[in-house]
Amino acid sequence: MEQREIVVIGGGPAGLSAALQAAHSGARVTIIEGEKRLGGQLIKQTHMFFGSHKQHAGTRGIDIATLLENELRALPNVEIILGATVLGYYYEDGALTIEDHEAFRLMIPKRLIVASGASEKFLAFPNNDLPGVYGAGAVQTLMNVYGVKPAQRVLMIGAGNIGLIVSYQLLQAGVEVAAVLEAAPQISGYLVHASKILRLGVPILTRHSIKEALGKHTVEGAIIHRLDDRWQPVPHSEQQITCDTICLAVGLSPLCDLLWQAGCAMQYIAELGGYVALRDEGMQTSVPGIYVAGDAAGVEEASAAMVEGSLAGLSAALSLGYNSPADEELTAELRQQLDDLRAGPGGAKIRSGLEKLHPTADNPKEVT
Amino acid sequence: MLPTASLAAVTPHQERLARGAVAIVECFQEIPCNPCATNCPSQAFALVSDINALPVLDWDKCIGCGICVACCPGLAIFIVDGSGEQGVVRLPYEFLPLPEVGATVLGVGRDGAAVCGATVLRVQNSPAQDRTPIIWLQVPPEHIMSVRHFKF
Repeated sequence: MEQREIVVIGGGPAGLSAALQAAHSGARVTIIEGEKRLGGQLIKQTHMFFGSHKQHAGTRGIDIATLLENELRALPNVEIILGATVLGYYYEDGALTIEDHEAFRLMIPKRLIVASGASEKFLAFPNNDLPGVYGAGAVQTLMNVYGVKPAQRVLMIGAGNIGLIVSYQLLQAGVEVAAVLEAAPQISGYLVHASKILRLGVPILTRHSIKEALGKHTVEGAIIHRLDDRWQPVPHSEQQITCDTICLAVGLSPLCDLLWQAGCAMQYIAELGGYVALRDEGMQTSVPGIYVAGDAAGVEEASAAMVEGSLAGLSAALSLGYNSPADEELTAELRQQLDDLRAGPGGAKIRSGLEKLHPTADNPKEVT
Repeated sequence: MLPTASLAAVTPHQERLARGAVAIVECFQEIPCNPCATNCPSQAFALVSDINALPVLDWDKCIGCGICVACCPGLAIFIVDGSGEQGVVRLPYEFLPLPEVGATVLGVGRDGAAVCGATVLRVQNSPAQDRTPIIWLQVPPEHIMSVRHFKF
């Protein structure tokens, strides 16, 4: 049984920021990442980030990953475990089971920060099991991590930021984008991302969805249709699209299996992507010593994930007695950053989701 | 589909356009973002505490340097120059291959539709631009507010 001070699960923007802040506070930190390199989704983000300079606005996601990783590697009190999967959390003794290069490890952390990210939602339609139907994340991994051109002509489903950004990246890679479909009456992603692909001649069809995929052995096309005010298909509105790939960008769900296992009080909040853990202002869940940050705490932009990570790292370190006179000011500053990021119309969904997040009769565990 | 009706609000008056290069900030939605304001060497953007506020550019302070074009995460800023016999549009272009100086290209509008022929005057790609090259296009002066991309 290996003893650790703070274990951070996940090396994406939230986990990296949590590990950095906790280590800067003086705690000994172990960060566990399933992939062979740190960065999580940041390494696929070729666009410049929004936010303010405090969240590295204007810097590309991939470069933010390198920046945070270099900063982390320079600290002596940080242990980095790559290519390892946390398999489970045993609440009886607070032990993590880990598969690390075919070896089984048991680790007991004094504090645990879960920054496991999110998984992509899928969409039900006939023939969605044909080769050529991808999640946007997979397409991004093929293109931006492995340098593989994933398609010749893509139909993108979903005009949120992921659908819009991946469409732009596909166009940069020399792939045609037949159209971007959005079931909602308006584009849900940032309009500036939409403008980037509209001026490249890609149609964005709102109130449209996919009816079925076409093809015998692989995707050869799709039938799309229009939706009415009640999200029902409009009769005779079908159109056929020729494409060899259908890319789904229809939302994310927090990956919170470990939080369930730990017995954290959970609540379903559609605005945050699904079940999320109740937590206090320092990102501590209802189980003392377990913290959550980033998409695992509610699906949001990476800039907010980084700030949540810093908050979780700071409060975990504080609870172990690693304090400094500047902590109070730093906590207030981080909370202010989160409020600022969420203040605009784009943050309305997150704000409304967070307002609903509180203990209820079904969910009696008080967060202290 | 896009709120281009707001275009009037970000278009300088004729006299300013005729005076020389100026930034057109086509950012119509409040999102948390402020690199244009924090990177402007002329302090031409109003500095406000709310990072969701729409950028407000003082066209008289703007010198049309183009630093904001490459640092805007939304690639939503363009420089137009209506001072000469021919108009000039500078736009961000993150595609390969880059065009050759002198090449004739097809200028397209915000919807991707053809607007007019254009000539590449300059290809700016300094390390400070961080992989967002800026292409200078010569276009007929009446099209400086229409051409926002090009094909070749």
